[in-house]
Amino acid sequence: MHAETTSKKAVALAAFEGLPGEPGVPKPDPILVADGVVRRFGGLTAVDVAHLEVQRGSITALIGPNGAGKTTFFNQLTGFDTADAGSWTFNGNSLAGVPAHRVARSGMVRTFQLTKALTKLTVLENMRLGAQDQRGENFFRSLIPSLWRRQEDQITERAEELLERFKLDAKRDDFAGSLSGGQRKLLEMARALMVGPELVMLDEPMAGVNPALTQSLLGHVKGLRDEGMTVLFVEHDMDMVREISDWVVVMAMGNVIAEGPPDKIMSDSRVIDAYLGAHHDAPLSAEEAEEQLQEAEAELEIEEKA
Amino acid sequence: MDWNTIFVTTVKAAIGFETVVYALAAIGLNVQFGYAGLLNFGHAAFLGVAAYGLAVTVSTFHLPFWLGILIGLAATVVLALLLGIPTLRLRADYLAIVTIAAAEIVRNIFRSVAFKDIFGGSDGRQNFSGDFFALNPYGPGQYGIGPITFNERVLWVLTVGWVLVALSCALVYLLMKSPWGRVLKAIREDEDAVRSLGKNVFSYKMQALVLGGLIGCLGGFIFALGQASVQPDLFSTDFTFYAYTIVILGGAARVFSPVVGASIFWVLLVFIGNTLSEAVAAGVIPSSIMTVNQVGAVRFMLVGLGLMLLLIFRPQGIFGDKREIALDAR
Amino acid sequence: MRRAVIAITAFLGGLVLLLAAPAWADNEALKGTIQNQGKPVSGVKISVTSEDGQPVGQATTGSDGTWNVPVPKSGQYKVTLDQKTLPAGVTLKFKDRGTLSVQVYDGMQRNVLFALSSGSGGGDSGPSAESSYFERVAQLIFEGFNLGLIIALGAMGISLVFGTTGLTNFAHGELLTLGAMVAFLFNVSFGVPLIFAAVISVAVGALFGYAQDRWFWGRLRARGSSLLAMMIISIGLALFMRYLFLFLFGGESKAFLDYNAQPGIQVGPITAAPKNFIAMAIELAVLVLVSMALLKTRTGKAARAISDNPALAASSGINVDRVIRIIWTVGGATAALGGVMLGLAQNVGYQMGFQILLGMFAGVTLGGLGSAFGALVGSIVVGLFTQLSTLVIPTELKFSGSLVVLILVMLIRPQGILGRRERIG
Repeated sequence: MHAETTSKKAVALAAFEGLPGEPGVPKPDPILVADGVVRRFGGLTAVDVAHLEVQRGSITALIGPNGAGKTTFFNQLTGFDTADAGSWTFNGNSLAGVPAHRVARSGMVRTFQLTKALTKLTVLENMRLGAQDQRGENFFRSLIPSLWRRQEDQITERAEELLERFKLDAKRDDFAGSLSGGQRKLLEMARALMVGPELVMLDEPMAGVNPALTQSLLGHVKGLRDEGMTVLFVEHDMDMVREISDWVVVMAMGNVIAEGPPDKIMSDSRVIDAYLGAHHDAPLSAEEAEEQLQEAEAELEIEEKA
Repeated sequence: MDWNTIFVTTVKAAIGFETVVYALAAIGLNVQFGYAGLLNFGHAAFLGVAAYGLAVTVSTFHLPFWLGILIGLAATVVLALLLGIPTLRLRADYLAIVTIAAAEIVRNIFRSVAFKDIFGGSDGRQNFSGDFFALNPYGPGQYGIGPITFNERVLWVLTVGWVLVALSCALVYLLMKSPWGRVLKAIREDEDAVRSLGKNVFSYKMQALVLGGLIGCLGGFIFALGQASVQPDLFSTDFTFYAYTIVILGGAARVFSPVVGASIFWVLLVFIGNTLSEAVAAGVIPSSIMTVNQVGAVRFMLVGLGLMLLLIFRPQGIFGDKREIALDAR
Repeated sequence: MRRAVIAITAFLGGLVLLLAAPAWADNEALKGTIQNQGKPVSGVKISVTSEDGQPVGQATTGSDGTWNVPVPKSGQYKVTLDQKTLPAGVTLKFKDRGTLSVQVYDGMQRNVLFALSSGSGGGDSGPSAESSYFERVAQLIFEGFNLGLIIALGAMGISLVFGTTGLTNFAHGELLTLGAMVAFLFNVSFGVPLIFAAVISVAVGALFGYAQDRWFWGRLRARGSSLLAMMIISIGLALFMRYLFLFLFGGESKAFLDYNAQPGIQVGPITAAPKNFIAMAIELAVLVLVSMALLKTRTGKAARAISDNPALAASSGINVDRVIRIIWTVGGATAALGGVMLGLAQNVGYQMGFQILLGMFAGVTLGGLGSAFGALVGSIVVGLFTQLSTLVIPTELKFSGSLVVLILVMLIRPQGILGRRERIG
């Protein structure tokens, strides 16, 4: 396992070898290519990405100060929000204007900053929901259990394997609402894997996670790459970015301002400038993390109300 | 006070005509609201277009009864599509406002003078149930146990009605046990999450809206046939609100709870109404406090009060599991 | 030709009166005011028959020139003015129009107009058909504003409550009914002049709004009841209140004692009773006042901040609960005022608030949920559209028409006229 990790990491790093740290630099084998993606809210231009490529088989981090447009950019790419302009391709297929569920089916699956565990479904049902091409999800076929029973059993088997890997197997019959914040993050990631994605897009996987769980979450993210998946994640936690990412993309004011390997990017003057004056989100203490979580949850409640 | 009459009418209410109509309406609403989380406040319109589809086909255009049923079903599907296409992509409260508005539009058109030739204005339509009662296998007479009897017409309506209730329950049971039902329940929880897992949320919501509408529309047929007439004001917004009360009373997202809820609702309504009427008539409640004419108002005040108390103190209803209910107090 | 033109004008005039009056009265009736050169004519006998000549009822105009004949249901009726009962020297302007055939729609109190003249027959110069169409449009715009302002008084409260608490309050219509009922109680039962009765009603409305939040909605919020549950609770509350009003008030709709039958006055192309102008002035003044308060006062700014972002507002030291309570109080007061105005424009009945609730929702939604100014604009659009739609669709369907527009707007601009799109994820 460990050997494999190093080898996959080495492959990923080799691909980035010698690339200039310029925004929009072409990669040898991009899985995702975005061009001229623009999203405006009234007078505010939240996202304006001229060109970005994500290397296949790598872990790419997307960082930037608050309000840089990272989540909005995620929303554009995954079809959760409509871009005002721009095109992007995934595996060479254009995804601009494609609705969210078709984006997911094509192999690009995301998670959310504020976890969306389906609280009134059990953990196992959450997992089963992720599986694709279910015969029993068709209205008419669902009425005849014998048509989907076997597939359901296979799905359950796969779900149980993943739950075991994410150490959630003991919780399989509990309602997802009874899980802790970190467990919900794990469940959301495991559920995303049920879709069978090529590219996993994680929106702040560490936000609100108990530090005790951080290491295992990091391990799971690395594990995704080792299984051949590509990971693009938004994160504020610089330690995590440094530890697991192969390549870092920095956004500020809606633009990609710099790219590069993690150690170089941390000392890049453009990056420091972007963060200067803004709230520096670097290493959070547990209390701060807790505080952020609570703020985030309060915000979530408001959004639900709105 | 005549307790015997009160008892008989109450028992009859438990399995009676209104219970069947409201049970079917509530089963349909339960699919939409209980399972899929769709706030359809225009459910009465689904029953209305079905009932009028049947009545108008047969009584205005003198076409066959079964064609009337088909047109009623088709009208329900069309209404669901018309309501769903603009709103199902939007926030839940938009659906609530659009559906309540649409139900009023439908009702106003039914009762309008401009379309009186077709829909019969506020008098509605009669003379369309002949073919239905021609199918009646029961001979003329009273059927029943002890003092609880129905005549052959009512018994035929009840038979067909309860068969439809049973079939609808079976359908809902099968669906909600399946992966299809799982997607629906997940959408109720968080539709963005479901979308991110590659499910076409819009399509499922639409399926739920249509299915719920179709089950409800069976109630519309029974309503029309049982009374052998349709009037626009039967399908007012209050009807929808009573259906909500029934769904919540039984416990949302449970297969049989709309049926039990409808039964309990009508038993309570009839029992309270009868008891109050008897009490007023017997002078137990002096007429300075309440007259017989005001009994109806008091009944519905109690419905409102009951709905409030239910949601405040027992949002999961009689049979629901609090952990599974979207209405919880968080 | 000229006669035809005048006849059309008279007919349109009648239509205008019909629209000025009740939008949603409960019981069908025919009524009118017989005037000669602006002065009421008393003692004129009016008889009503059904289309096939069955007598339905008759009435004699009182000292204010008004008459009213209830009819059993909607349909076509013939109204005859007994020309022998007209005072000496006064005749019908058109001798052949002593009997009019009119359509009464459901729930409508239809005005019937008989034009009188002091001379003998034949009007002088009638306006051309085009200008009468223009006048009709002008009149409808006027009435649309009138209706829109009443809707706005209610919609403002709905929107503010929604913005600050997220509650879609289905019981807000009943706050309007409450206002009208309290004013009715003081005006009709206790003989208080309507203006004072209205003041009392607004005070009661404010108190009720405060109490509702203090002991009901505030408690539920503190318990953490979900918004969905609260929405359905508000439906229960609406049912309860509506049938309580039915219990206490009865099913008929009744008029206030004052300002009942004011002769219309002509302002430019518009004809309306003076009470309408004064009511509109009051409504406008109150709405401007509330808007100014939202813009200028601390509480108003706080309310807008809470609508924008409650957590941020709370963390910046705003007492959210206090602001919400003030919102409820103001919402209750404006709703009560709206109810009184609605009662003045039509009649007081137990369903009046519920019947206008959808109009208020339409206004709020059109303007963008949660935006108070949006609600104002949206309500006026709804009012205008409702009245102007009668140019093309039957009057009885005018509300349906405005609701159709609501649905269409949602298709094109789901965030409403002044609303914003929101962020996901």
